[in-house]
Amino acid sequence: MAQPNPQAQTDALFQGLLRLGDNTLILGHRLGEWCGHAPALEEDIALANTALDLIGQTRHWLSLAGEVEGKGRSEDDLAMLRDVWDFRNVLLVEQPNRDYGHTLMRQFLFDHYHLLMLRGLSESRQERIAEIAAKSVKEVTYHAERSAELVIALGDGTDESHRRMQSALDRLFPYVGEMFETDAVDEALAQDGIAPLPTALRPGFDARVDAVLTEGQLTKPAGGFAHKGGRTGFRHSEHLGHLLTSMQWLQRAYPGAQW
Amino acid sequence: MAAAAESASATRPDTATIWAWLDDVPDPEIPVISVVDLGIIRDVRWDEERGLQITLTPTYSGCPATSVIALDVETALRQRGIEQVELRTQLAPAWTTDWLSDKGRERLRDYGIAPPNPAGGPDDCPRCHSTRVSRISQFGSTPCKAQWRCDDCLEPFDYFKCL
Repeated sequence: MAQPNPQAQTDALFQGLLRLGDNTLILGHRLGEWCGHAPALEEDIALANTALDLIGQTRHWLSLAGEVEGKGRSEDDLAMLRDVWDFRNVLLVEQPNRDYGHTLMRQFLFDHYHLLMLRGLSESRQERIAEIAAKSVKEVTYHAERSAELVIALGDGTDESHRRMQSALDRLFPYVGEMFETDAVDEALAQDGIAPLPTALRPGFDARVDAVLTEGQLTKPAGGFAHKGGRTGFRHSEHLGHLLTSMQWLQRAYPGAQW
Repeated sequence: MAAAAESASATRPDTATIWAWLDDVPDPEIPVISVVDLGIIRDVRWDEERGLQITLTPTYSGCPATSVIALDVETALRQRGIEQVELRTQLAPAWTTDWLSDKGRERLRDYGIAPPNPAGGPDDCPRCHSTRVSRISQFGSTPCKAQWRCDDCLEPFDYFKCL
């Protein structure tokens, strides 16, 4: 039996926390891009509120990541002063908003992964992670209910809304697989009782998502191809760089600015 | 210990008094209820060395009112002459609308906001009390509210979401 290596454990924990915080940060920013532009006032408010929950959760995850790393980086340093290759979000959340159907389908697919992951994390042996997850799970339960309702309503709506939702599903489904891949970081965290193995969450995700898609008259694309590389940082899509130029412009233009 | 408590009590108001003072601090977004009614003050205690210790918990992770509330609480206590006060934020157990006080629920209703209900929606319209109500949006003007409408008086109203 190999001796546990404290530095390797810290590194895995830091990476795991970045994955959590970067997912919520990047999706929160994407939703914020709709503010003032959504097709109805109620939808505009709903997306802004969802974004607010996600950014709040980001603050918890990235603060803890900074503490774990132990190099004095704050939540703001991690959010605003890293470049593309240091982000650890899944590719799905950095995909552009496109039309409202794409925005809702992206949210639906992420919400149902997110909810299962948070439920697992709320049982974490790491107390702070369990606390943040238990707090977040209440908010995300609401997100998941809302996005499922809308996917059903629009999938089983008019010809136009159905066409747009199916097109969004076809485009986004290849980004689902990455959320459930398991690598050395996930295995180390699972072994320490800190986080569930993503692979183990897939059956629960499929059961719920399949039921909603069926009710919404939508057809899940065949084939298991998955775009990967976001959560390992190996290869993000071109979209993340553009998002960061907008999200980080103030710190880039006025380094160290505060209010 | 009894002697220490007595000597401290000369300069330190008891915690029941502090709770009463905090009950005068309004929620910044729904000013008819206090931060105590909202259930976000989790603990009030004196520490021999560090003075008054207040524990707060956020409603929603991203609620922008959280930092305003902390500032308002600290300001209110300093105005009452408490010089040594520390605020601590705690996440667990996570805030729930079950912690809203009965007084708070009544005041919400009088103000036109339907109080939270485990059934997932308001019992009735806070204006005309009709039970014929329908949901407009799952979200509203703050993270803690949703928008509903009365099907009789046709007025839209806020519903305080159950969490």
